[in-house]
Amino acid sequence: MRSQTLRKLASAVGVLALTAVIVTAAATVQMTGAGATFPRPIYDKWFNMYQSIGNIQFNYQAIGSGGGIKGVTEGTVDFGASDAILTPDQMAAFKAQHDGTNLLTFPTVLGAVVPAYNLPDVKPELNFTGQVLADIYLAKIRKWNDPAIAKLNPGVKLPDQNIFVAHRADGSGTTFCFTDYLSKVSPAWAKGPGRNASINWPECESCMGAKNNDGVAGLLKQNVGALGYVELIYAVKNHLAYGKVMNKSGEYVKADLKTVSAAAAAMKEAAADTQVSITDASGKGVYPISTFTWLLIPEKSKDPQKAQALKGFVKWAVTKGQDEVEALDYARLPSSVAKEVEKRADMIK
Amino acid sequence: MATTSPTYIAETLRRRTSRGFLSRLAGGDEISYLITLICAVSILLIVGLIVFELWLNSRLTFATFGFGFLKTSAWDPNANKFGALPFIFGTCVTSFLGMLIAVPLGVASAIFLAEMAPPKLSNILTFLIELLAAIPSVIYGLIGIFILVPILKDYVVPPIQHTLGFLPIFAGNFYGLSFFSAGIVLSVMVVPFIISVSREVLMAVPVEQREAALALGATKWETTWDIVLPNASTGIFGSVFLALARALGETMAVTMVVGNAPKISASLFSPGYSIAAVIANEFAEANGQLYISSLIFMALVLFGLTIIINAVARIFIMTTQGKGA
Repeated sequence: MRSQTLRKLASAVGVLALTAVIVTAAATVQMTGAGATFPRPIYDKWFNMYQSIGNIQFNYQAIGSGGGIKGVTEGTVDFGASDAILTPDQMAAFKAQHDGTNLLTFPTVLGAVVPAYNLPDVKPELNFTGQVLADIYLAKIRKWNDPAIAKLNPGVKLPDQNIFVAHRADGSGTTFCFTDYLSKVSPAWAKGPGRNASINWPECESCMGAKNNDGVAGLLKQNVGALGYVELIYAVKNHLAYGKVMNKSGEYVKADLKTVSAAAAAMKEAAADTQVSITDASGKGVYPISTFTWLLIPEKSKDPQKAQALKGFVKWAVTKGQDEVEALDYARLPSSVAKEVEKRADMIK
Repeated sequence: MATTSPTYIAETLRRRTSRGFLSRLAGGDEISYLITLICAVSILLIVGLIVFELWLNSRLTFATFGFGFLKTSAWDPNANKFGALPFIFGTCVTSFLGMLIAVPLGVASAIFLAEMAPPKLSNILTFLIELLAAIPSVIYGLIGIFILVPILKDYVVPPIQHTLGFLPIFAGNFYGLSFFSAGIVLSVMVVPFIISVSREVLMAVPVEQREAALALGATKWETTWDIVLPNASTGIFGSVFLALARALGETMAVTMVVGNAPKISASLFSPGYSIAAVIANEFAEANGQLYISSLIFMALVLFGLTIIINAVARIFIMTTQGKGA
């Protein structure tokens, strides 16, 4: 009886082994990437379109810029994506992990961060300067009718109300861009909180953090007198009121696809070295809180087939792919930058 | 009869040693023993492995800050200064507030469902309550932020501030996101655990106990309070621990309503932060060894905090109950 049970057991194991599925290699190139959430909608669209053009199947995980940098450095993904500029330390860490291979960065589209607010009784668009925004986030300016704000908005009746200051609680490329700008325009900000994806926010009674853009938008919608920074796309899609910001030339500029592209075009260095911050760019008609978002691709890949596929994709994304971006509310790369990126894509080996 | 005879035992032993290991496994008892043992040991192994990994990856923080990490409030990724105190404070305050509401509410509901409600109604209500436990925490967070917070702001907090505003715990302006909101959301989230488990244990108290009490002249309530409840207390406390563990570790719902400002304030109306929330918020974008290590150390702190709170609660129960839970 017992030996019979044993035989049954053995045959069961045999069947299990036989049913083990052998996966045959797919003909298409499988590519995994991870990183920034901000460009996900356009990346998803591009990946989808390019699947039939380049015979690549993309799998992109929008886990955040930091996660993308980590992933590509540790080699767990084929490419990364980031809204934040890589620090020299991060570049060095990649080089050390990959036998001296460089990590290449390719800007793909542009985004912007806007100061959105909830003041139902204030009809005209408010004007801000970087200095005033910094002072609000430093909790130095606490009321909407503070003389510093009133001076920028002559003729506007500002309420005698506390400013409810909303910021992102999760580490985010949006925060990086915003604090990068504040660090450039406010010495007090640069010395204090500084720029990063997560910040030690100055404390005040009505200063609060929320998770993601929708969390900040939720705070804005619920609290009259709230001010928060969100991505331009998010503000447009959710019909949030947002203000103009003074640029280096002294104009108040409202963020839109043109003024954001203009910021990249105005940055002469942007064409030569694409790892450059374009916040507080000088020039006429540029929106000052703009940023590139980057693809991070190793210079040399162990798998030449993948390297070639990625090279093809980058070239396509900055040429034909650019025609798709405005429909999704991203600002397109200025042609000078797009040309440079196309040329630099040949560095991928 | 013959099973105790020396010859039988010798025969069995001989058979055992002569037969192969595998054939003994096929016997049934041995295999079930082995499988259940492996399962039980694997749980311990998993817990051990988690603690070991957390410790391994957070040594840098411990080496840098030592126990000062637990006592300082700085959290500045740019300056590489990290301290866990506001997060520990926030985790404790929100969980405590949640339990303060959920325990009486949950135990009272369980008593009603087990002892007083008609069985049909009890079953329907229990089913609905258990549904509450299946709602994802992000939904609780959204309900908290879009429905609960406005209600609190308009109808609940103003009367509290009018009457009890002089107390430091109700001081200051209420901007919606706060320890208070987080505690209330947590209480709703954990109450199904308390009700569901407590109801089961109450119903498991033998009917004879109730009949005996009633026969001695006790009223229905006296029977419930003096006989059934003490009998079920161990199980009820078990449900409370389960709820507490959930409250301490809850991430998504808390981060959406707590305000995410790492500060220590006596007022429940002030925004705060919790350990689980800061890990979830900052881990993906954390850059720098010390930063990542500090977040992992926070996980270890949360682990330790859960153990300490559980142990303290158990000791408290043992001493108050006398004979031990």
